[in-house]
Amino acid sequence: MSEKNPISFQLTVDDFLPASDAEKQNLVQMRPSVGFWKDAMRRLLKNKVAMVSLVVILVIMVFSFLIPGIYPYKYEQQIQGSEFLQPMVYSPQEQARIDAGEKVFPHILGTDNMGRDYAIRVMMGSRISLLVGLIASAIILVIGSVFGSVAGFFGGWLDLIMMRIVDIIYTVPDILLIVLISFSIKKPLENLAETQGFQWLQILGPNLISIFLVFALLYWVGMARIVRSQVLTLKQNEYVTAARALGASNGRIIRKHLLTNCIGTLIVTTTLQIPSAIFTESFLSFLGLGVAVPLPSLGSLASDGLNGLNTYPYLLLAPALLICLIILSFNLFGDGLRDAFDPKMKS
Amino acid sequence: MNEYLVDVRNERLSFFTPAGEVKALNDVSLFVRQGEVLGIVGESGSGKSVTAYSLMGLTAHPGRLVGGDLYFNGHHINEMKERDMRKMRGNEVSIIFQDPMTSLNPVYTIGNQIVEVILLHTDKNRQQAHERARELLQLVGINEPDKRLKQYPHELSGGMRQRVMIAIALACEPKLLLADEPTTALDVTIQAQILELMMDLKKKLGMSIIIITHDLGVVAGMCDRIAVMYAGKVVECGTTDEIFYHPSHEYTKGLLQSIPNLNEREHKRLVPIEGMPVDMLNPPKGCPFAPRCGSCMKICLKQMPDYTQLSDTHYSACWLLDKAKFESQGDVQA
Amino acid sequence: MIKYIGKRVILAAFTIFLVATITFFLMNLVPGGPFISEKSISAQAQAALKAKYGLDQPLIVQYKNYMVNAVQGDFGLSLKQRGRTVAEIISSKFPVSAKLGGLSVLLALLIGIPLGSIAAMNRGKWIDQVIIVIATCGIAFPSFVICTVGLYLFGVYLGWLPTMGLTTPIHYILPVFALSFYPMAYITRLMRSSMLDVIGQDYMRTARAKGLSQFVSLFKHALRNAILPVVTYVGPMLAYTLTGSLIVEKIFVIPGLGGQFVSSIINRDYTVIMGTTIFLATLIIVMNTLVDIAYKLIDPRIQLN
Repeated sequence: MSEKNPISFQLTVDDFLPASDAEKQNLVQMRPSVGFWKDAMRRLLKNKVAMVSLVVILVIMVFSFLIPGIYPYKYEQQIQGSEFLQPMVYSPQEQARIDAGEKVFPHILGTDNMGRDYAIRVMMGSRISLLVGLIASAIILVIGSVFGSVAGFFGGWLDLIMMRIVDIIYTVPDILLIVLISFSIKKPLENLAETQGFQWLQILGPNLISIFLVFALLYWVGMARIVRSQVLTLKQNEYVTAARALGASNGRIIRKHLLTNCIGTLIVTTTLQIPSAIFTESFLSFLGLGVAVPLPSLGSLASDGLNGLNTYPYLLLAPALLICLIILSFNLFGDGLRDAFDPKMKS
Repeated sequence: MNEYLVDVRNERLSFFTPAGEVKALNDVSLFVRQGEVLGIVGESGSGKSVTAYSLMGLTAHPGRLVGGDLYFNGHHINEMKERDMRKMRGNEVSIIFQDPMTSLNPVYTIGNQIVEVILLHTDKNRQQAHERARELLQLVGINEPDKRLKQYPHELSGGMRQRVMIAIALACEPKLLLADEPTTALDVTIQAQILELMMDLKKKLGMSIIIITHDLGVVAGMCDRIAVMYAGKVVECGTTDEIFYHPSHEYTKGLLQSIPNLNEREHKRLVPIEGMPVDMLNPPKGCPFAPRCGSCMKICLKQMPDYTQLSDTHYSACWLLDKAKFESQGDVQA
Repeated sequence: MIKYIGKRVILAAFTIFLVATITFFLMNLVPGGPFISEKSISAQAQAALKAKYGLDQPLIVQYKNYMVNAVQGDFGLSLKQRGRTVAEIISSKFPVSAKLGGLSVLLALLIGIPLGSIAAMNRGKWIDQVIIVIATCGIAFPSFVICTVGLYLFGVYLGWLPTMGLTTPIHYILPVFALSFYPMAYITRLMRSSMLDVIGQDYMRTARAKGLSQFVSLFKHALRNAILPVVTYVGPMLAYTLTGSLIVEKIFVIPGLGGQFVSSIINRDYTVIMGTTIFLATLIIVMNTLVDIAYKLIDPRIQLN
């Protein structure tokens, strides 16, 4: 059939023949249906801000976990005569070695008051901060989701009591308690670490453990509330009723329907918990209640840097800006995850 | 210059979404005479509400009028400024929405929300506006108006709230009332009451009504004329009798077959319309209903049919009508 | 209403009791006592001091004594600041923290609400993007970073603002700004998303269909609905500014309640620790209750129960 010009449109008998189903189908282009994960991943990959944040997070992780292993300086190593060097400056001794033809790795961020290379200290500090963020979030995830799903799934008086507990913890002024708890369990933990069988506590350091304990005691309530409300709404969905009507067991309902539908929320909430944990750790370290010397965290580095602010502002600015960058990237990545997994869930 | 209260000519309206241009209205023409009730029937997404909103200049972002002319009560809507449009809204033309549960602001009293529109468009003072609000509530059949005026929306039932919405709409005695699925969200018994109330008020106040619905039962009793819309086009338009007794478009026929008829003696099976509505992001070149049409022909997939005038008041866009003409011409030639 | 308040009071009393109990046993978990660090005092004198303050008794008796006195409004004497009662210490330090916190809350609300609304109304435009960036940074930057960087920039580098104390109005600028930065950013985000939500509501369409101007429909119909989540946040925000001022007080050397609390923990000043904790917990709970009542006044749908 020749191309038709719509203006001089001529109808032929052929035009009025019934169209076949195949011809009709050609017109209807159904978009292929995409699975939940694939769809979420597609949305995530398209989100430029989230992807940039992810790259930043990965780069920071490489610098915190891999680079220190091959770095020529150690975080606790004090270099004689190299106190308070400006960035990229060598001490007289080092200068002499360079003149003698030796290669000396530059102090990219200078050195601190004890002659320790500041770049490696900042890297170690961000390692501690990241570890705190990741481990604390994992603790929160486990406690919060178990507590929340039990309360939501079983309901009744159990739910009532469990949620009252959550309410009370919620109204407690958290920062006061954090300060108090981290201060009071520091000593007992140190004692415990010296006894047989608990030496492993020494490796982590009692302060880190007390920070984790604080999170385990106080910070899971938000997660528990979110999980509970998710479970409550999911439980009432028709497909759960339908599954129950078809004779599905409790276990199957939890696995097949509740968990799969919760998982997006869990991932998103946990990711957003990481920066908040890092936030709190840096806050505590800044107040001197964080990790123990000589182990640095970004908060304690910033706190130390405050003292020499007038002369050595970079000692404060480097850890301070890095912590902002870490929290910002995690926040933005978490926002991206939320948009990808649940476009409707906005808060 | 214009005998019609509402005259929509070749309206084209698109939503510019991130995924592309959605042609929500594609060459829609309609008119409503003074004191007439027009029903616009179609399924979700057919463009019936969009048509109504565009008459009030209420097209939601990212929608935009891209062609055609809209006239209402002597105004050329296309060229109206937002300021003048505001003076017209709620005054010359009002609207009732589908869901009375969410259409009233939850944090203000009923009285506040009625008085607001009276104060806006009339010279009445607060006292007089309050008095008028009382009258309006009585007019729409709400008892204890003084008590109701002080209540909040959540304290009223759905039917009651829809009556309040009608009271707000009628506060300034508009020339045209748009009713966007006014009964869809209500109980069946309440639906009838609301429709009856609307007809009653129409008789008292003499306004025109455009009632938008997907329920042919609603339009049957109320409307003078009916326009059937499908995928952003008016596919058939005629008087209520013409649409119900002489449907000429396959989609209209499908719609009529899919409603139960209580007068039918023997059990006739309801015939659903098979298939899904078209994707408005890339609408097909031909008749949009073709993929779902039982009598689809080759031509239907290629080109949109023109309107065939069946009577002074009845026209329809379907190739089957052209086929009949073509064959009769062929007979003459042969 | 009376029943509701009664219920709240009971729950509050229970929470405060719990907080007090936890605090009491936690602080006694730490080895050592308030007088050990004072080397100048002999063992005898130490024992006498302990006996004077009742610290020689079993913990549970101390706990009972403290609670009985506290219920009667007697929070005891400070163990370290001789001759001053805990009530005196709190009433001398709290006004400083309250002024700082109150100003910060006010600033956060006055800037956050309009900023969030402006962003929502200009969704997707450059101004929205700018506000989002500011708000996102505000949430990501810890208060000590804001404080220290602000201190360095305006106090040290530019030398425009004083860096310590709260003696003149100009002294308030840096600390108030630093303290309000986080809640301001949070309110902006909250307000933006809730405003976007409200703008999409059916009743906003009704308002436009009535012929109201953009301005009136936003101010009368949108704002009151959109502000509800912000009102909910005011409670936690007050808690944040009251306790979060720990950092600000430390950095700007401000003699407030937060610094007092930290130093009392370090010095094992048991009575001050207890007094401050109970005082702040009560304050926060009372504020939360007031916020809930305010919520009810704004949103008639809320039934207090």
